[in-house]
Amino acid sequence: MTTTQPDPEWPLYEVFIRSKRGLNHVHVGSLHAPDAEMALLHARDVYTRRNEGVSIWVAKSADITASSPLEKDPLFAPSGDKVYRHPTFYDIPSNVPHM
Amino acid sequence: MQVDQAPLEEAFEATIAANDRIEPRDWMPEHYRQTLIRQVAQHAHSEIIGMQPEGNWITRAPSLRRKAVLLAKVQDEAGHGLYLYSATETLGVSRDELTRRLISGKQKYSSIFNYPTLTYADVGTIGWLVDGAAICNQVPLCRTSYGPYGRAMIRICKEESFHQRQGYELLMTMMRGTDEQRAMVQESVDRFWWPALMMFGPPDGDSPNTAQSMAWGIKRHTNDELRQRFVDMSMPQAEALGVTFPDPELKWNEERGSYDYGEPDWEEFWHVVKGNGPCNTQRVAHRKAAYDDGAWVREAASAAAARNEAEASQARVEQAPRPSLRGSDGRVETR
Amino acid sequence: MSDAHITQDTEGEHDNAYAGLLGNDAHWAFGTDFEDPLAGVDTTIPDGVDASELAQYCLMLGDDALVYAQRLSEWTSRAPDLEEDIAIANIALDLVGQARLLLARAAAADPALVPSLPEGSPVPDEDRLAYFRDAGAFRNVRLAEQPNGDFAELIARLLVMSTWRLAIFQRLVDHQDAVVAAIAAKGVKELAYHRDFAGRWFVTLARGTGESHRRLTDAMRTVWPLIPELTASTETESRVGVDPATLADEIGVVLDQVLAVAGITAPETPGLAGVRGRTGRHGMHSEALSRLLAEMQVVARAHPMGRW
Repeated sequence: MTTTQPDPEWPLYEVFIRSKRGLNHVHVGSLHAPDAEMALLHARDVYTRRNEGVSIWVAKSADITASSPLEKDPLFAPSGDKVYRHPTFYDIPSNVPHM
Repeated sequence: MQVDQAPLEEAFEATIAANDRIEPRDWMPEHYRQTLIRQVAQHAHSEIIGMQPEGNWITRAPSLRRKAVLLAKVQDEAGHGLYLYSATETLGVSRDELTRRLISGKQKYSSIFNYPTLTYADVGTIGWLVDGAAICNQVPLCRTSYGPYGRAMIRICKEESFHQRQGYELLMTMMRGTDEQRAMVQESVDRFWWPALMMFGPPDGDSPNTAQSMAWGIKRHTNDELRQRFVDMSMPQAEALGVTFPDPELKWNEERGSYDYGEPDWEEFWHVVKGNGPCNTQRVAHRKAAYDDGAWVREAASAAAARNEAEASQARVEQAPRPSLRGSDGRVETR
Repeated sequence: MSDAHITQDTEGEHDNAYAGLLGNDAHWAFGTDFEDPLAGVDTTIPDGVDASELAQYCLMLGDDALVYAQRLSEWTSRAPDLEEDIAIANIALDLVGQARLLLARAAAADPALVPSLPEGSPVPDEDRLAYFRDAGAFRNVRLAEQPNGDFAELIARLLVMSTWRLAIFQRLVDHQDAVVAAIAAKGVKELAYHRDFAGRWFVTLARGTGESHRRLTDAMRTVWPLIPELTASTETESRVGVDPATLADEIGVVLDQVLAVAGITAPETPGLAGVRGRTGRHGMHSEALSRLLAEMQVVARAHPMGRW
């Protein structure tokens, strides 16, 4: 068990919603929450106005792996990176110019 | 490794030129990223600070229906701020960092919220004129070049149009009420008209960033174009409502097909922008107090989540299959 | 107004992922005209129910919701984070919605309860009851009117309030009066959510940091003495609604469960006394209520002939 000081800023979660049966879950945005359970509560409040019957997925943004839009991506090699340029993912190699 | 940026820049410019969207994982010029962060953050801050002037009247709303409407509206503003901060997070700046920039005075928000709300009519006037001006500014941004910002704006604009209608509807209802209520509406409109015009920013000649922002598709129209559109839109609404705007120079210009209008007091504008508006200090102090007072709650939730996680992984270790449970082929026996 | 061009501009070239979520135009301000829970409900007073007693009962439950919503709405723009600001506003909105329905039912059942205003005043009955009664005519429990305190106190009070109110509403779902039953059916879903929200945060604060634990303990010392009033019987409640005394066990079980998960013990505090046995339900309130009402009612009272 590690005893690192928890980051006071809650992690970011991506929110996916199926607005009615028969449709896919669609990414609607993100929010902060201390854990996944609370993220679900927040998602209902923030993105659905607590619409009954709506299905919600939340996933920690940091857990999502994304492809690179360009074949050779100089900033984020090797590929298999994160969806967003969130600050925690923003390790810029020191040899990249103009940053 | 020296990276050749030229092809990246070409790809970026081609995307912009094709009126296509830039997405978070795309390469973008650092100046574009910084300009976007500044613009989106300022917009997000405006939503959050904008909760205060109207929030000021939630506890005094004169009917239960109005209380519910106002509460829902101010809540929407928190939501708008949240969506917009999410867009900035895709650019590599956290909400927490931006909040600290706001409360330390490093970043600005719309000056309109540095004016006080003095009567309940102001709730209606803010909906009508301030949200109306915001809509003029924001609708073009649904087509902004940066994908996450545009997507946030679609939802925001949809809700803002409800806000504008509720404001106008409140004023219409009050105009059908007593003489005192009608006077209250006119007084409120008199107070907010000029600050609403200032919401579009300084005249084009004094707006140094406009050209670059328009070239990048972050901004779609100049300040003066949007201001004119707002004036033209508001005049017939004022007539229908039965109120006047406090500008003797306002009149229809047949030749231009638009209304001529007087010059806002730009000296006051800059005074307020520089922090000396009636409520600047109060607004920022209020936001800072909420942020500071909430620090222990945010820390507690993070600590509890870390503790739950640690206990859960401890439990997983304890429940992990022992070697003795493995069959000769190495498979774990399942019950 | 300008809605047409907005719709066109915002949706013209996008597939709007939110389209199904926003619902109808009233959706953004739910708690107002969004979905009428009384549509098609029989509003006649059922046989064997005393109309004026039913009205008194609706007033009690309506005042609890109204006064507590007023306190919750004070949190707006002051919450620890935006997500919590939105959540608290949702809870306040639910309660304002419940208050409106209950006050309207009270007024319909016994028009004599409704304060009279000058001839021709357009103020509707629900607002006459909310805005033109003095503190002594309010029938809410004292727990609802207490000043907010910090976030721990918010959570402790919300846990108790929502646990208690949910227990009442679950029983009222079968009430003889179809209107009360319909209000309860709608409210049960809302209150279950409030309790869930409060319960999660209660455990979170208890298991968080030393400071959050200390604050929660302090909050419980403020909130717990007001619990006995919640389960004290009054004649009106026993006859026409739910006898609060019958709820004591259930509330105790729920709170014990939450406290057990949280690893925190309830304070040993006696209940707060009334004045010659009279408490909130009898119109005997704490000092905080008249101040709360002074703020809430100031605009409405200045315009008894006003339209809003």
